[in-house]
Amino acid sequence: MPAIIRVQHLSKQFGEINAVDDLSFSVDKGEVYGFLGQNGAGKSTTIRMLLTLIQPTGGTIEILGLDLQKHRNEILRQTGAIIEKPDLYKYLTATENLRLFASMSGVKVSGKRISEQLEMVGLADRANSKVKTFSQGMKQRLGIAIALIHDPQLIVLDEPTNGLDPQGIADVRNLVLHLSKNLGKTLFVSSHLLSEIEQVADSMLIIDKGKKMAEGKVFELFGSSGSIVELKTNDNNEAIHKIMQSSWQNLIDKYDTDKILLKLNKEDIAVFARYLVDADIAIQSLSARHSLEDYFLTLTTSNQHVDAFKN
Amino acid sequence: MWTLLKIELFKIFRRPRTYIAFAAIAAIIILIQLAFYSDGENFLQFGMQSLKESFDIKGKILSGYLVCFIILQTLLIHVPLLIALVAGDSIAGEANMGTLRLLLTKPVSRTRFMFAKFLATLIYTLLLLLFMAILSLPVSLSVFGSSDLIIMKSEMVVILDSHDVLWRYFAAFGFAAIAMTTVASLAFLLSVFAENSIGPIVATMSVVILFTILTTMDIPLFNAVKPFLFTNHMLNWKGFFEEPVNYKSIFKSGLLLMGHIIMFVSAAIFVFRKKDILS
Repeated sequence: MPAIIRVQHLSKQFGEINAVDDLSFSVDKGEVYGFLGQNGAGKSTTIRMLLTLIQPTGGTIEILGLDLQKHRNEILRQTGAIIEKPDLYKYLTATENLRLFASMSGVKVSGKRISEQLEMVGLADRANSKVKTFSQGMKQRLGIAIALIHDPQLIVLDEPTNGLDPQGIADVRNLVLHLSKNLGKTLFVSSHLLSEIEQVADSMLIIDKGKKMAEGKVFELFGSSGSIVELKTNDNNEAIHKIMQSSWQNLIDKYDTDKILLKLNKEDIAVFARYLVDADIAIQSLSARHSLEDYFLTLTTSNQHVDAFKN
Repeated sequence: MWTLLKIELFKIFRRPRTYIAFAAIAAIIILIQLAFYSDGENFLQFGMQSLKESFDIKGKILSGYLVCFIILQTLLIHVPLLIALVAGDSIAGEANMGTLRLLLTKPVSRTRFMFAKFLATLIYTLLLLLFMAILSLPVSLSVFGSSDLIIMKSEMVVILDSHDVLWRYFAAFGFAAIAMTTVASLAFLLSVFAENSIGPIVATMSVVILFTILTTMDIPLFNAVKPFLFTNHMLNWKGFFEEPVNYKSIFKSGLLLMGHIIMFVSAAIFVFRKKDILS
């Protein structure tokens, strides 16, 4: 499958700080590509370089098979984006904002097309309302409509569910899947929430402090590593004492009086539960956690965390 | 470019703040006209007291031409602030609203984007001056009528025949347009460096005030730089109301102001092309 985005050895320095450090990845046509990292990891800087808002210090970016530096306008004509929160012209209506940004993209849009886009993001009844009367979620949805108004091949969404309520998050998720599966668009979606990306992405890239931590198909990445399991008992001190005496001791990641975190493979969770029952440890709850922070822990050696925590 | 320009003009004229300048100018002009309408003759008698001791002046002195001249003298000092309100906001305002980053992800080169922005600011400046010209000249003429124009200067009195005045106003407004565009281009340049429009607006006015003070201070240290300060040339529209008109001096001032415009706008485009958009 041809790569829609190909980034090689991309870097960006702000003074002494390496915001993005030797980052390489590629995004295939038609896939939803999740771009994960905690706040300050370098996601927005990378996205801004993909959209020519920031000049890279080094490296190359090819989009749609073209060099971004040399073919900026051709590429951007086929790209739609939301960067962080969608700030729009508050004194204009939803329709006027859509028309204005479509014109900037070099596209003349019909009233029908505008209505369709507003319908798709659930804002048809607010077409003539000024944006200053919109909630954050409505602005986010209008931002998505603006990103799509000129029918781009590549859609870049930077934290698209920020500020949305649960229903709004579900709507964006369904929209992303619809654009990819039904319309064949390529989506590059950044987030700091692993669960969000896991539900929509085919592939993903995880970065931390500007460096690549992992890249690959979502099912492969989750299959290759264990999970962080959170254990709560009636008496955590007693439980930790017993676990430290057992063969499970090396799997302890962190603990305190509230909870115990262990790094376990999925198939070992049931075995561990049986051990707890046999060891007469009163379990309140035992659950696999699914956060980016936990995923990072599964990618790194946990002993140092345990030692640091104990000290 | 035409599409971009239309977009920029649409944005400018859909903002309520744009009309503050028009409202302020209308208010000042109407107040001056009202003041002269109600008590203008007494005011002029008082102002020309010393002149009447030496000369016998007959005929109408208070005319639309004189009122327009007084309005111009008053307003052209304050109009730069009104122009800086929009020019200083052109880039910094977009950065502040967060719309700049979205605009620059569109397939438009930054140079063209900046040209469109500047042209829109220029059109706004010209419309503001046109509005001022219409309110101050035709309205004053219709209210006060026309007559010879008497202008008192510190060392002399200039009397211009009523048939020889109108063209001078056209020329003066043309020159004022160049002067005001210089202020607009300075605010435009400063706007590139800021992410909040207050900064460039205040900075522009600070530069204008500072340069004006340097222009008026008769200190040898500053005399060498005075010919190069744009504020030193901004009020040379008055040169058209001298007899004979010193075209060479006016032309030189106009050229220097245009040089400033080119320099400010080129610098703005150069900086903006290299700028990382972090807003």
